[in-house]
Amino acid sequence: MTLLMALTLFVLAVFLGMELISKVPATLHTPLMSGSNAVSGITLIGALVSAGTDHSTLTTVLGFVAVVLATINVVGGFLVTGRMLAMFSSGSRKRS
Amino acid sequence: MSAADVTSVAYLVAAVLFILGLKGLARPRTAPRGNQLGASGMLIAILATLLDRSIVDFRVLLAGLVVGSAIGVVLAVRVQMTGMPQLVALFNGFGGGASVLVAGASFLQVVDEGLVDNQLAIAAALTALIGIVTLTGSLVAFAKLQEVLSLSGFRGQGMLRALLAVVALAAAVMVVVSPADTGWFWLLVGAGALLGILGTIAIGGADMPVVIALLNAFSGLAASTAGFVLDNPLLIIAGSLVGASGVILTQIMCTSMNRSLFDVIFGSITAGGVVADADEVYGDRVTSTSAEEVAMILEVAERVVIVPGYGLAVAQAQHAVRDLMRTLNDAGTEVVFGIHPVAGRMPGHMNVLLAEAEIDYECLLDMDQVNPTFAQTDVTIVIGANDVVNPLARTDPDSPIAGMPVLNVDDSRTVVVIKRSLGPGFAGIPNPLFAADGTLMLFGDGKKAVLDIVAALLNA
Repeated sequence: MTLLMALTLFVLAVFLGMELISKVPATLHTPLMSGSNAVSGITLIGALVSAGTDHSTLTTVLGFVAVVLATINVVGGFLVTGRMLAMFSSGSRKRS
Repeated sequence: MSAADVTSVAYLVAAVLFILGLKGLARPRTAPRGNQLGASGMLIAILATLLDRSIVDFRVLLAGLVVGSAIGVVLAVRVQMTGMPQLVALFNGFGGGASVLVAGASFLQVVDEGLVDNQLAIAAALTALIGIVTLTGSLVAFAKLQEVLSLSGFRGQGMLRALLAVVALAAAVMVVVSPADTGWFWLLVGAGALLGILGTIAIGGADMPVVIALLNAFSGLAASTAGFVLDNPLLIIAGSLVGASGVILTQIMCTSMNRSLFDVIFGSITAGGVVADADEVYGDRVTSTSAEEVAMILEVAERVVIVPGYGLAVAQAQHAVRDLMRTLNDAGTEVVFGIHPVAGRMPGHMNVLLAEAEIDYECLLDMDQVNPTFAQTDVTIVIGANDVVNPLARTDPDSPIAGMPVLNVDDSRTVVVIKRSLGPGFAGIPNPLFAADGTLMLFGDGKKAVLDIVAALLNA
């Protein structure tokens, strides 16, 4: 990927993110934050490659710690967001 | 199709799922599905990555996944809703930390192989700085929210911070100029770590929503810049989506406090502004009341608004408030909640607490929805909130909180304020609402006071 390609992706994704998020009502700000935080755990896929590559002990150790931290972020993030969202209930929905 | 093609297609699918997931989070009804879509995208991305040919040893990697999952599950299942700000701060930090380590490992490897170029060095330096600030800043925020740390600023802090920023900047430049000397990279990480600590250590309780939103943006940004290091489009896309979301939340929080981001991080709230003397404001005009008297007023009320603040979370009063709402509903009284955007310690904190107590989210009104309705409200009950209901923000242009959008509870016929004492809120200023003609003060613990009112209503 060229730098220009990468920058294009970056800028377009920022605009898309702004469009998506500006519509979220205040009542969902906490789950939004923990859910989007879980998505930022995407670093995990980089960590997996670093941890599994046979380069040096140092990079393997760094990779391993990164995998642990990112996995906590991903697994914990999606789980706790699901827990919170399950609590948001509406009378009109229950009746239907 | 080669393995690399399969991975690329899978990353594209994952990116689409992340976008659909965030879109779903915009409405309470679709939000659980949105979260599941996001999680599926992550699973697909992980499985596709395992096809990478440069992975030769799966043991380390599986060990990391197992350990991380176990810790993540325990944290997510055990946390109480009142502790949510701490947990989100912690997760933000871990995300930032992971990005630093990934960028570091990748940078070291490329340097060893002699393949480093300017673009990669710049991206690695940026990731290191943003990621490590996110990590240490989040850990400090966590400690402050958990109340294991109550340090405030100290003399010379600004100087030290400026010095560290210069060191970090110089180290970042050296990483690019002379990447083979990896010591510069670690100096950058060290300076960034201290910068994260010093940047957050002086930030007070009510500013926490801004800080957490900002750290959220940073954790996304760090993942995105790590994508530039690894040349990975999925990291760039997902990271910038999250970064954008954090920036928007930060902006909303700052607007709701009428404070600039600069003031939150560097300034103090009392800069300028004239603070009135508490005795002068309160005098002997404060009217104290009892749970029985409040119950009598509520019996004849047709519309009641409840305004929760951080005090509600501290007193764990959300279930008691739910009981009060149900008791009033049974008597035919309309009850809604008026929620200020920065009530609590993170964006949306109050909504999650009230949702936990099974209160219908359609009864939770935000500031713009509830403000025009106070004039038709018989009783407004303020529980553990102070600055966000201070009328001085509207009336006194010299006040430190002048111009901050507040809930106009003083428009309602009667205001009942449940509070431990007349002590000031975060802004450190007295609140004339407490001494106003239509205001009754019910002093005491939020949960006990609400339960007493419910008991008095049921006994009547």
